[in-house]
Amino acid sequence: MISSTVAELSIALKAGDISSVELTQAYLNRIAQYNGDLNAFITVCEESALEQAKAADAARAKGDTSLLLGIPLAHKDIFCTQGITTTCGSRMLENFISPYNATVVEKFSNAGVVMLGKTNMDEFAMGSSNETSFFGPVKNPWNNECVPGGSSGGSSAAVAADLCAMATGTDTGGSIRQPAAFCGITGLKPSYGRVSRWGMIAFASSLDQAGPICKSAEDAALMLNVMAGLDEKDSTSIDKPVEDYTASLGNSLEGLKIGIPKQHFAEGLSSEVEQAIRDALKEYEKMGAIIKEIDLPNSHLSVPAYYVIAPAEASANLSRYDGVRYGYRCENPVDLEDMYKRTRSEGFGEEVKRRIMIGTYALSAGFYDAYYRKAQKIRRLIKNDFSNALKEVDVIIGPTSPHTAFKLGSKSDPVSMYLEDIYTIAVNLAGLPAISIPAGSANGLPIGMHIVAGDFEEAKILNVAHQFQKLTDWHRQKPSQISGKEV
Amino acid sequence: MAFDKSEVEKIAHLARLHISESEADEVTSRITDILALIDEMQSVDTDSIEPLSHPLDVVQRLRTDEVTEQNQREKLQALAPDNQDGLYLVPKVLE
Amino acid sequence: MEWETVIGLEVHVQLSTKSKLFSGSSIKFGAEPNTQASIFDLALPGTLPVFNKEALAKAVKFGVAIGAEISKRSVFDRKNYFYPDLPKGYQVTQLDYPTVGKGELAVTMDDGNERVIGITRAHMEEDAGKSLHEDYQGMSGIDLNRAGTPLLEIVSEPDLRTAREAVAFLKKLHSIIRYLDISDAIMAEGSMRCDANVSIRPVGETEYGTRTEIKNINSFRFVEKAINYEVQRQQGVLEDGGRIVQETRLYDADKDETRPMRSKEVANDYRYFPEPDLLPIVIDDEYIEAIRAQLPEMPDAKKARFIEEYSLSDYDAGVLVSSREIAEYFEVVASQSGDAKLAANWVSQDLMGLLNKSNLDISKSPVQAERLAMLVTRIKDNTISGKIAKTVFETMVEDSSSVDEIIAKKGLKQVTDSGEIEKIVDEVITNNPEQAQQYRDGKEQVIGFLVGQAMKLSKGKANPAAVNELLRKKLA
Repeated sequence: MISSTVAELSIALKAGDISSVELTQAYLNRIAQYNGDLNAFITVCEESALEQAKAADAARAKGDTSLLLGIPLAHKDIFCTQGITTTCGSRMLENFISPYNATVVEKFSNAGVVMLGKTNMDEFAMGSSNETSFFGPVKNPWNNECVPGGSSGGSSAAVAADLCAMATGTDTGGSIRQPAAFCGITGLKPSYGRVSRWGMIAFASSLDQAGPICKSAEDAALMLNVMAGLDEKDSTSIDKPVEDYTASLGNSLEGLKIGIPKQHFAEGLSSEVEQAIRDALKEYEKMGAIIKEIDLPNSHLSVPAYYVIAPAEASANLSRYDGVRYGYRCENPVDLEDMYKRTRSEGFGEEVKRRIMIGTYALSAGFYDAYYRKAQKIRRLIKNDFSNALKEVDVIIGPTSPHTAFKLGSKSDPVSMYLEDIYTIAVNLAGLPAISIPAGSANGLPIGMHIVAGDFEEAKILNVAHQFQKLTDWHRQKPSQISGKEV
Repeated sequence: MAFDKSEVEKIAHLARLHISESEADEVTSRITDILALIDEMQSVDTDSIEPLSHPLDVVQRLRTDEVTEQNQREKLQALAPDNQDGLYLVPKVLE
Repeated sequence: MEWETVIGLEVHVQLSTKSKLFSGSSIKFGAEPNTQASIFDLALPGTLPVFNKEALAKAVKFGVAIGAEISKRSVFDRKNYFYPDLPKGYQVTQLDYPTVGKGELAVTMDDGNERVIGITRAHMEEDAGKSLHEDYQGMSGIDLNRAGTPLLEIVSEPDLRTAREAVAFLKKLHSIIRYLDISDAIMAEGSMRCDANVSIRPVGETEYGTRTEIKNINSFRFVEKAINYEVQRQQGVLEDGGRIVQETRLYDADKDETRPMRSKEVANDYRYFPEPDLLPIVIDDEYIEAIRAQLPEMPDAKKARFIEEYSLSDYDAGVLVSSREIAEYFEVVASQSGDAKLAANWVSQDLMGLLNKSNLDISKSPVQAERLAMLVTRIKDNTISGKIAKTVFETMVEDSSSVDEIIAKKGLKQVTDSGEIEKIVDEVITNNPEQAQQYRDGKEQVIGFLVGQAMKLSKGKANPAAVNELLRKKLA
């Protein structure tokens, strides 16, 4: 049962085949068994999870038919959860017990979802391998010598290893999609503004978006139905009606125009990944889709522009961690300056400090135009590239990552780590929705396929992904053993 | 653009980070590498392009002016590293 | 050497909204520390700003009132610096696209001449919290109640040339802000604050000298004193062959001096950039016109109307419109008594004298407009003389009885009964035969003396006009 999709669990719970308490206990047992090796969770909320499960069962008995009622989920530890430690993967917030709930947390809670705990992540979501977490790296369930990707590595590993039915993630430059690809699961980054950012700890405000990490496109649709919508508490949240994302999952792909960006099938892409994506495209052709090569001429500039914009916004977003009102404060500061500097130097890890430095530099006097302003201009060029391409095609498909999951510790220099997100970052700069779904495997490691569409076309993306999952079973594949233990 | 150790010191101070002598070289060289990556941007002419701050072309919503927050001092000060008499305490602030 | 002073002011006014600029916390003055500091105000992780529409309305109202350019699209920016009273580590302000652009203000200076002072801009921003410097075991205490209170920062061009001009400008600005009711603008409470940029240059020089910025000036009087001190200091430095350092200086009212602020020693690099948690504020002509329609009559227009409608002198009208509350008070007295000239005198002299002496705001006046109107009415209808009215007015400050009750209680009613007046007049003629004869001989001015004697005899209660008339008749 624990490997079932949310859609399947919803039916089983409704039919009374299993209770939420039983299901929750099953996941808690599984967490107890595997989390020691995977390190996917920072906090496990056993007691409150069982209470919520009990409440869900009681609600069901009283006639509550909410689709996600009683289904166990894990939240990335970037979402504030009232009364529960919310660390953001950082020593700075190691003991921070949030006094309030993020809107996303509130929405799942209102839907009767059971929260199992908080998942590990790169510190302040800065990383592509989950190695920057203060709480140690997460292991890839498919191969424990490999990274799960990042920054939503804990959520992705937890879903892949069936430690939960579904999880939340956040994506600033690929942080949902790349770990989803590395872990062989489904991860959707919605359009910027579709999901509220209230209570989601900020990394880069104009790029951050929360989204579902789960076992199928259908599950992503079910989760997005809960997550999406206007929130008056977030000025960047969009006042646009939320559709039922499951409604269009049956639509035919006959005549669908799929764009293949030539820049995403160029140098740097591993041959196994390329083969897997080309094979997947053949499946789409069988369904009546038309494949067409497209040009995203400025895509090589997306990583450079991103590594100005994201660190610049982050440098300001992380100024609030000063040891005054909450969070870490250094021991015995001699004066104010000392308190600031030691608190921040001891509380933040290397990568976070590096990005604060880059961002501070990019905004500093004399460099603003050459860096920040320039990057914002390139951001427009990139947005224009997508707008032009999407006039000709309905969706854009390519690889999520140039290769499969890499070995822990193998990318020690930041630049090579930054280039990990080469196919995903442009989408954040443009604010578009995109999904990664499993589409193959190489050397026992999953391969992710990236599907992008226009603003607020999540329903289209989800159906394109769903149709592929109806014909293939890559999303059904599971690691045969986790950390040496048989599954 | 050249980035050297004195720059590191200045930027670290602006960001209120402490970077020790022993770290300075490493930090300088890492940042230099990253700036080299970023500098690829300089290869395109963007003179006629308007900067884009937000991915969506939308405008600010306006909130009705009303008091919706209640006093939560006790609960929120429980989070503070150091407080007294309802105040957050910090090392002496100089004017 | 002859020096010319160049002054520009940066005036911060707290907009009198109910809630903060970006959160639903109250901005009431004087609350217990940190009881008006929400999770957003404390910059808890994950919290986001939502913009208060009343702050926008008040900012635009100011802009429209001074005829400034109003931006159809304005943008918030982050200004980055670390300070314990700044919870986010950045202040949200408006750098490149302020809501209010260029405008100007006509100010009547001490010499009676009007000068037009340029307004560079006025932008919205968040106020900071407060650092309390009492000693908590060698630590400072931080109160964040004020953090996030909406401010309008009004920046003037360096068009002011003396400390007195700066005060006149500030008073005019204060009056406009009070007329618009966009801020309490009480300098002592910090709801209006003034920073002064001061430099000097040799007379005839066209380049500006190096300026210093003086902060912490919290009364109109201190604006004058702080600038005068700073001008003297700069002259001293330059005349000794020194150089002015561009710096921020703090005004210390106790010592009446300015001194450099230690916290601002290092030149700051604020790293402004557009605030990504907020979107551009976009307004249209309809919005601006709706605000314009709400504007009250402004001081200059009111003054012109007072001169026209009530036949007041330029000076009297100027005094009466100096604050919206005084002007409104005056109009009540004028309309209820039906004698504008008399009302103007009583308000601008007796009432304002009383308020100044007891250091009271007109809203706290012990004599309300309706009562003063009744007093003026009683002068007008000859119940009491103007002189007796002063006594009644003094009583009114202590005694809340009606004007008529006070007059009756004290027996101050003017004698208009002709029999009684005739008795008095007869007595005066009898007692002063010499003067009476002089009048009969044609020495007209002696009548004044005789009226005076009659008034004295009646203890001021006789109606002087009636006395005058009767005296002339009897001595004819």
